Amino acid sequence: MKNKSLVSISDYTKEQQLHLLDVAEGFEKNPRQNLLNNYVVATLFFEPSTRTRLSFESAVSYLGGKIIGFSDTSSTSVQKGESLRDTIRTVANYSDVIVMRHPKEGAARFASEVSKVPIVNAGDGANQHPTQCLLDLYSIRKTQGTLDGLNVAFVGDLKYGRTVHSLVQALCQFNCKFHLVSPLELKLPSSVKVHIKEKKMEYMQYTELEEVIPKVDILYMTRIQKERFADPMEYEKIKNSFILKNEMLQKTKSNMKILHPLPRVNEIDEDVDDNKRAYYFQQALNGVYVRQALLTLILGLK
Amino acid sequence: MTQIKELKVSAIENGTVIDHIPSKNVFQVIKILHLEEAGDMVLFGTNLESKKYGKKGIVKASNKFFKKHEINKIGLVAPNATLIVIKDFQVKTKEVVKLPDTIEDIVKCFNPNCITNHEKVTTRFTVVDKEAVKLRCHYCEKITDKKNLIIR
Ligand SMILES: [Zn+2]
Repeated sequence: MKNKSLVSISDYTKEQQLHLLDVAEGFEKNPRQNLLNNYVVATLFFEPSTRTRLSFESAVSYLGGKIIGFSDTSSTSVQKGESLRDTIRTVANYSDVIVMRHPKEGAARFASEVSKVPIVNAGDGANQHPTQCLLDLYSIRKTQGTLDGLNVAFVGDLKYGRTVHSLVQALCQFNCKFHLVSPLELKLPSSVKVHIKEKKMEYMQYTELEEVIPKVDILYMTRIQKERFADPMEYEKIKNSFILKNEMLQKTKSNMKILHPLPRVNEIDEDVDDNKRAYYFQQALNGVYVRQALLTLILGLK
Repeated sequence: MTQIKELKVSAIENGTVIDHIPSKNVFQVIKILHLEEAGDMVLFGTNLESKKYGKKGIVKASNKFFKKHEINKIGLVAPNATLIVIKDFQVKTKEVVKLPDTIEDIVKCFNPNCITNHEKVTTRFTVVDKEAVKLRCHYCEKITDKKNLIIR
């Protein structure tokens, strides 16, 4: 994985992904190591994403690395019309690895072809966000002890959620059973279902949340955005049927955990936060260890 | 009847014959290959009888020999076309045009938010379905299909 850019999760083999999760476990035990001393990591955020940027910068800082970059493009040469090609080539002169987020799909792949240092994709439009996918895999393995043979429910906007698309695809490498809970308008697209079918795995679709809760090991919640509905009345009709409340968690498996990519709005009631099944804040923290593992592997330090 | 027959066989001394083009795509083939700018004779026909396809189109271009990437372009609008190279009135080679596994440069990605529509980037596609003509963008990973296909 040394010097290998990470643009899509499928750039790494299953074995490489699992190795990365193992390395991340080491960082969870001991996140403060001076491995990135004298290294410079660039974080280029062509669109703002405070949460993702802070997670990367925290990962680098705990390892003693230096960070250069920008958190939005308002005061940069990008604003003056500099091409992505030129920005990347310039920054590649000043850093050992570039972490980038960009509003255009394919931007990270293009950057990886013009950069002399490896690129880590921190989100390219609606396309890929592989470190989110890795931290989801890490969280699932951590809480269940395995990635094989699990019952995983995805709830909410399964049509537009790129997080869901990547994770479904990644879990297809393992033997999972998928429970897909969404309004009819926001069903998982056939372009993603095709991966489940190819691997001959089981999936079931639901329009009600309650009935899947007792069946699953992982309940992966996502936000439903009002803008996704052509008819606002449709949104009003369904909006309350995909909200998770503490009282709904009476009959769950004992190992069941609730995940969410964050930020949440109201799809998980705050009274769930103290339930021992709530794992979403720990999930976000796991992102730091996974990013530490990724950067040290890419730089050949692990 | 004899006249139609004559058009079908009217020979060219040197050049290329593209046969078995879907009739409705003959003008697209001419456009893609920039034959409207050709200095030498170009003959074309549409809605000609064909045993294989019912109706077909044909293009004959004198003194024109196509490079590999130009042949690829034809495959996008005429996937079953036959390409016949003529030298001194003789058939030199005859091959069926086939879509390659990858296509570079000639197709525009249909996704308006794709980086290739905003930066100077050579487009690249993996042909995921040769029959239905479905191309997956190497950059944004979205599928451009037949109905969204724009040659650039
Ligand atoms: Zn594209």
